[in-house]
Amino acid sequence: MPPDLWSLYVLMLKSRLFEEAIAKLWHDGLISGEMHLGTGEEAIIAGVVSKLGEGDAMALDHRGTAALLMRGVDPVLILRELLGYPDGLCGGRGGHMHLFSKEYLAASSGIVGAEGPTAAGFALAAQYSRPGAVAVAFFGEGAMNQGMLMESMNLASVWNLPVLFVCKDDGWAITTQSESVTGGNLNARVHGLGIPAVEVDGGDVSEVWEAAHGAIERARSGQGPTFLHARCVHFEGHFLGFQLIRIVRDPLREIPGIAVPLTQSFLRPGGATLRERLAGLKTVITAVFSTLRDPRRDSANDPLSRARKILQSDPVRLQELEDQVEKEISSALASALGEVPS
Amino acid sequence: MRTMFFTQAVDDALAQAMADDPRIILFGEDTPLLRRKLLVRFGPRRVRNAPISENAFLGAGVAAAMSGLRPVVEIYMVDFLGVCMDALLNHAAKVEAFSGGKWTAPVVVRAPCGGGYGDGGQHEQSLWGWLAHIPGLTVLVPSTPADAGGLMLAALQHDGPVIFLEHKLLSETWLEFLGSGARRTVQYDVPAEGAKGVVPQKWGPLPIGKAVHRRAGGDVTIISVGVGVHRALEAAQALESEGISAGVMDLRTVSPLDKKTVCEAVKKTGHLLVVDEDYEGFGLSGELSAVVLEAGISCKYARVCTQTTIPYARHLEDQILPNRERIYASVRKLRQ
Repeated sequence: MPPDLWSLYVLMLKSRLFEEAIAKLWHDGLISGEMHLGTGEEAIIAGVVSKLGEGDAMALDHRGTAALLMRGVDPVLILRELLGYPDGLCGGRGGHMHLFSKEYLAASSGIVGAEGPTAAGFALAAQYSRPGAVAVAFFGEGAMNQGMLMESMNLASVWNLPVLFVCKDDGWAITTQSESVTGGNLNARVHGLGIPAVEVDGGDVSEVWEAAHGAIERARSGQGPTFLHARCVHFEGHFLGFQLIRIVRDPLREIPGIAVPLTQSFLRPGGATLRERLAGLKTVITAVFSTLRDPRRDSANDPLSRARKILQSDPVRLQELEDQVEKEISSALASALGEVPS
Repeated sequence: MRTMFFTQAVDDALAQAMADDPRIILFGEDTPLLRRKLLVRFGPRRVRNAPISENAFLGAGVAAAMSGLRPVVEIYMVDFLGVCMDALLNHAAKVEAFSGGKWTAPVVVRAPCGGGYGDGGQHEQSLWGWLAHIPGLTVLVPSTPADAGGLMLAALQHDGPVIFLEHKLLSETWLEFLGSGARRTVQYDVPAEGAKGVVPQKWGPLPIGKAVHRRAGGDVTIISVGVGVHRALEAAQALESEGISAGVMDLRTVSPLDKKTVCEAVKKTGHLLVVDEDYEGFGLSGELSAVVLEAGISCKYARVCTQTTIPYARHLEDQILPNRERIYASVRKLRQ
């Protein structure tokens, strides 16, 4: 059975429009604290989540909104949670990094790598009492250096747990380029734990779907865990208001505030040799230039544009579908904002 | 006279110490960019990046300290110490005792703490009581830029492990990084005196384990740390118009506790109110009552603390964290 690109595109578009609405609420100050969007990783989430059904569980990271929405959680409940309302998904007490849905067996955590043990536990319960059900863990490549995730993979391997470990690899762990803090090769690392690794283009939803299909069927039939390594980009960087992205978007506003104290410190007597200082300066400049050159800026990496290009073969149907999704999200937004609790 | 923001003061004191002492190195996740001013002055050998592997790099910091370095290990938030508690609980804190007093681990663990900006219950905890519970750990919680810099210097000179907690509501950089993201549409109740203040021309170490009186008062003694000190000062100001004279003490160090200063003050007023942003049960607030009772002082006692998991919603969070209204009401009740 080939993937149905139309329905996958609908999932991705819903999520994109939903998260764009969230971004606006955040910029307007209606959402407090940090906000990590999944814009750019929709193909990975859609390709995997579309394969899940009743009894399947999800262990989500701090960027879990898209997965919950695509899994079927009411968008109004999510929005009202982010607005801190008592009738939100978690009574206004969880917030976007700590979203939980008991109904869909979905648990989030803001602790990097915590998805590993959670997915292993969900999978254990599935193996024991709901054979055929699976658990999915979504995490970034930065989490691959976290002990508890590595331990969970080993546990899943030796207990033959029905887990799909999904690594959404955007190459960045906040301001750090992951390759600079990661030894060896991730797929080889996972192989070393006895888990097969499948490498996919995380911007191609059909490819993700096919890989997820194989891995999930494998887990359902009792053949154990799989590691899905999907590369992607995050258009907003680590989170909304991310300084490296701000520098790129509005250099005149951002650079003076950074450059002046940096130069003063660079020139201060006492400290390292000039060579060491220059090496330090190079690290900062490299981070900024890597952001400037980075694939986040290239719309060719947008999973939605890529799917859309194919669907344009039927422009009338596409238009209808997009209008319908847009209407659905606007109506969820209106309904979430409609009634302010007293 | 110079003034500084809170984190600017910590980094400035750290820079002064690094220039004097080549044994001091820094590392943690994103540390090179977060401490970029130190990076361009002291170079990448001393300001290092670490993978998201807290167990490894905090544990390594402890052992590096045992073998001659003075590492400052940065943990992104105190909440994340949960991931790597073993390095502190079973190693850093135990070295001195296990070696018969012959060996110590002079590591400084620097971590942002505290709430008030809507990041939810896994990212806004205080946890100083949890840490101070462990013998062998020194726990510092400064409330002003001058104290922050002076205590950082003291931490770097101390011969054992020190946890240095930086309240995010006082820190200009953390609050922007995690709270506003440069938005002008959000506002937080930042205590002005704590966020920016006069600092010495040259940093000198402040004594560890020494509390200070922030405000004199004869009717009741309010004891707190961090942002709680500022909330208590605001409440004390309001209580004055009611004819209640409330003194405010800033512990600055949670462990070791300045029992002497605490007991002297409570003995005089006979009324103790503890304001603690950390959890209420089994923590600093209960410890202070025990200290006073053990000294044979009888007093009326109350506490304003965080009793539950911190809720994400801003309006709920504001009620759960100690605020001036709760402090005000508690003092009035205590004086009835």
